[in-house]
Amino acid sequence: MIKATINKVEIEVPEGTTILDAARKANFAIPTLCRHPDLTPGGSCGVCVVEVEGFPALRRACMTQLEKGWVVSTNTARVRNARREIVDLILSDHDADCLTCIKNGRCELQDVARVVGIKDVTNQGKNHKKAIDRSRVALVRDPNKCILCGRCITVCSDIQTVNALTLDGRGFDTSVSTVLNQGMGNSACVNCGQCTVFCPVGALYENSQTDEVWKALNDPDKHVVVQEAPAIRAQLGEEFGMEPGTIVSGKLHAALRRMRFDAVFDTNFTADLTIIEEGTEVVDAIKTGRSLPIITSCSPGWIKFMETFYPHLRGHISTAKSPQQMFGVLAKTYYPEVKGIPAEKIVSVSVMPCTAKKFEAQRPEMWSSGFQDVDYVLTTRELARMMREAGLDLKDMPDEPADDPLGEYTGAATIFGATGGVMEAALRSAYFLVTGRELENVNILPVRGMTGVKEAEVPVDGLTLKVAVAHGLGNARKLLDKISSQLAETGKSEYHFVEIMACPGGCVGGGGQPWGSTMAQRARRGEALYEEDASLPKRRSHENASVAVLYEKFLKTPNSEKAHHLLHTHYNARSKVDGKVVKED
Amino acid sequence: MNIARSHVLISIDAGTIMAGARGVQAELVEEIKKKGLSGEVAVLETGNLGVTGMGVVLVVYPEGFYYGNVTKEDIPEFVEEQLLKGRLVKRLLLTQAPKRFIIRREKMGLTKEQPRIVLKNCGFINPESIEEYIAAGGYEAASKALTAMTPEEVIGEVKRSALAGRGGAAFPTAAKWEFARKAPGEEKFIICNADEGEPGTFKDRLILEGDPHKLLEGMLIAGYAVGASKGFIYIRGEYALSIERTEKAIADARSYGLLGNTIFDKPFGFDIEVMKGAGAYVCGEETALIESLEGHRGHPRNKPPYPVVSGLWGKPTVVNNVETLANIAEIVRNGANWFKQYGTPKCAGTKVYTILGHVATPGLIETEMGTTLRDIIYDYGGGIGDGKQFKGALVGGAAGAFLGPDMLDVQMDFVNLKEYAAALGSGAILVMNQDTSMVDMLKSVLHFFKHESCGHCAPCRLGTARLVEIVDRIADSEAKADDVDRLLAIASVMKDTSFCPLGQSLYLPVSSCLKYFREEIAGS
Repeated sequence: MIKATINKVEIEVPEGTTILDAARKANFAIPTLCRHPDLTPGGSCGVCVVEVEGFPALRRACMTQLEKGWVVSTNTARVRNARREIVDLILSDHDADCLTCIKNGRCELQDVARVVGIKDVTNQGKNHKKAIDRSRVALVRDPNKCILCGRCITVCSDIQTVNALTLDGRGFDTSVSTVLNQGMGNSACVNCGQCTVFCPVGALYENSQTDEVWKALNDPDKHVVVQEAPAIRAQLGEEFGMEPGTIVSGKLHAALRRMRFDAVFDTNFTADLTIIEEGTEVVDAIKTGRSLPIITSCSPGWIKFMETFYPHLRGHISTAKSPQQMFGVLAKTYYPEVKGIPAEKIVSVSVMPCTAKKFEAQRPEMWSSGFQDVDYVLTTRELARMMREAGLDLKDMPDEPADDPLGEYTGAATIFGATGGVMEAALRSAYFLVTGRELENVNILPVRGMTGVKEAEVPVDGLTLKVAVAHGLGNARKLLDKISSQLAETGKSEYHFVEIMACPGGCVGGGGQPWGSTMAQRARRGEALYEEDASLPKRRSHENASVAVLYEKFLKTPNSEKAHHLLHTHYNARSKVDGKVVKED
Repeated sequence: MNIARSHVLISIDAGTIMAGARGVQAELVEEIKKKGLSGEVAVLETGNLGVTGMGVVLVVYPEGFYYGNVTKEDIPEFVEEQLLKGRLVKRLLLTQAPKRFIIRREKMGLTKEQPRIVLKNCGFINPESIEEYIAAGGYEAASKALTAMTPEEVIGEVKRSALAGRGGAAFPTAAKWEFARKAPGEEKFIICNADEGEPGTFKDRLILEGDPHKLLEGMLIAGYAVGASKGFIYIRGEYALSIERTEKAIADARSYGLLGNTIFDKPFGFDIEVMKGAGAYVCGEETALIESLEGHRGHPRNKPPYPVVSGLWGKPTVVNNVETLANIAEIVRNGANWFKQYGTPKCAGTKVYTILGHVATPGLIETEMGTTLRDIIYDYGGGIGDGKQFKGALVGGAAGAFLGPDMLDVQMDFVNLKEYAAALGSGAILVMNQDTSMVDMLKSVLHFFKHESCGHCAPCRLGTARLVEIVDRIADSEAKADDVDRLLAIASVMKDTSFCPLGQSLYLPVSSCLKYFREEIAGS
């Protein structure tokens, strides 16, 4: 512990504490723009400067560690003047079209401008007018809103290790760019959308499809069905001022019905289905001696990452489609058959915590129903916007169930939204598939939580299943490098089954989630999913009665030929430079 | 061996090559042959002779006459008169700066007029010949350090010499070495910062072009002292001749066993690699340089940790300027006390300056620390020229300070100038006569900073852009009422909040320019 003084208040903090954190502890808030609690500080904005006695220049509170005996002032005329000048300068080259900005009211620059007391922008001069990058189906980048804080680049390179974003140009002409400035759609970008979650302003956001969905909802000739991903229920509430981690499944169904969706289903249904298909695949692989491990396939950001950086592992990826896409194909095959509605009238909408799902939906492989299986993908944020537009407050909604036949779900499906959840759900059913008995304790704690790479060993009738879970692509890389070298050296890996999710925390930390999710918030949302799981009467996917009916009436058996045709897919290899498919399988 | 009665040294450096030195050299050799003087007169290539901007420069020994602006057409007359008949060609003779051309080479090679430590060999030996360097006492210091001294003793000697970094920040060199030596880690690095980018500064280039082995020897000693086995010279990419000569010097040193796995039969190896910069001023900042060396975009890093603890690839790294390292061999060879007889009590040794602008004889000089601006301009630079008056000087490059007439008699060294809120910086002295527009000067400085801002931090990226817009308005007589105040306001916040010295240092030229010339700037 070290002692120092901040604004005449004596404080004691552990060695290594930054001035910013120490000041917060002493109840002094210091405004920051580029700082994010989950990222290495880059110090680019300079707004957090403070005075430290003995130093000629001001110091950045975010990246300066407090030292013994320092006398720090966070609120002198010099400090206030410097902060105001910097924010003034930032605003002098910022497209401050706040009223039409996607971030209006949620913008960190707005907050900081207010805090430092900007009344008028003194600095006036050249304003950059750059083209908005719409080359990517999932994401939009508006360089005119960008304040070059560097967070998007840091998360893309340090946490996700995708390195799609970089700086281009220098000085006043610096901009965030991609390889050869060809746009995100022509880069290694995997659409994970973490950049949108970390962006403090409105420079990075999802490519919105709300208008298309409104249009479909207003079209009397269309039958619009909707599915919501497991993770949505753990954070949509945040958009309506509810505590992070409030489970809103029932309210969500009610709200969607009030938005006039013709049928409100639940992606959880196909999450249970995924477990049956994927679990069967894993069990078969072990039995038939197929090269292990089998790696999960439900995270489309991860899939594109794998296709780009680890294409040699394609044969190890489960061929089972993601729950979104399984749902999409059933909504245009099974559902019309059951209901007697022509498939071409169905418009299939999904609400996802994910921006990469927008990319996944339009992959050419995803037309198994004869149509584009999922027509529109909305992120959690887009749904919240539509609900506000429709005058709906989630808090006021009653709890309603989802519709049949694609609405029933078990606790195993709910936990898909948290890192480790797919693994846990799969193990619950795999145990049954192998032994014919139920796993007594369904809580497989070693695969839960925010540790980057988790491992567990599960005894299943004499065989010990070795499993691993990674979330966040940087963590995935560590695990995949290990697996790759094991396979290269011995032809065998120590793991049987591996779960990978592109986003830190899993889907609860997805790129389509409410702005500014911190790791702590993601952890809380994950816990909430486990709480719902524990509260549900059925907690094993194979207990889902509607799934059983689906097999009985439509698919016949897991991994049947029909199931293979509709519910399974294949993967490509992609260029690291432009992300395009280089070799079709 | 044939002993020549007369030696003509021709400066082959980047400047003279552009002025046609190669052609003049060929013509000279041809003419000497034609006149039958081949056995008597030797023509030798060397580095810069201390004079720049005056075309091809020759010096004739033993007399020590300097000739400037020599063209191919002048050669028949020059050979006929100077070399055959022993008469001066007065129209080509350089006479404006008497002190400038008194560089006597006595036993220690030094006089008070131009005590030459760093430039000792520049303009005397052939920079492409390791033999000439060795004949002039080269690698003696390295041999002494490696065979007769412990690394601690080497650091101790440098510490006693009080050598301070010559890149501008004047940090004690020995302290840097000591930090790096004591920093934990097996692998350590020596980096020579030769990314000379300060406008008006070209001393490092002339040192590299004129005496590359001096630098290599300094780095070798530094490596031994610090415990590093690898050195990098980060040379500005435009310095083609520096790169060529340094690379040749490295190859020659390797072939003589002066670089490699074992040196002087000691269990100590050291090797050096040249890396080319890509033309960013910010890469002169040591952490940005390290980033660039690692292959990244040249952005500064946060300090601490300092490079001596965590530098190149996270290893302890010493980054020294060319001039700093070029002092090392002489300090080790002659001892700290010898070194300290030069300079001021607070600042030992010499300083290499580049003088340019409105002076009669622009070029490269080395004088003791503490020499006044007046001496540098009038005695070494030959005065303002054209009968004009001194108006001011920009000392230390674009990041330096404007000095007015009141500063002419201030002793210039790192410590003393600081007290006057000025800085010696890189040692560039840009002299301006009465006709100079200070608005244009300031404009040029601010445009430079805008162009070179790396873009990492908001204060510098945006501050430089707005400053340029303001100064452009002033230059176009479209200034707003508070524009001059805004110049100072922005620059002062940049000084306080910029991430690295680039943005911080801009305050000095702005504030000093306004201190002396506010009326002129506000009035335009």
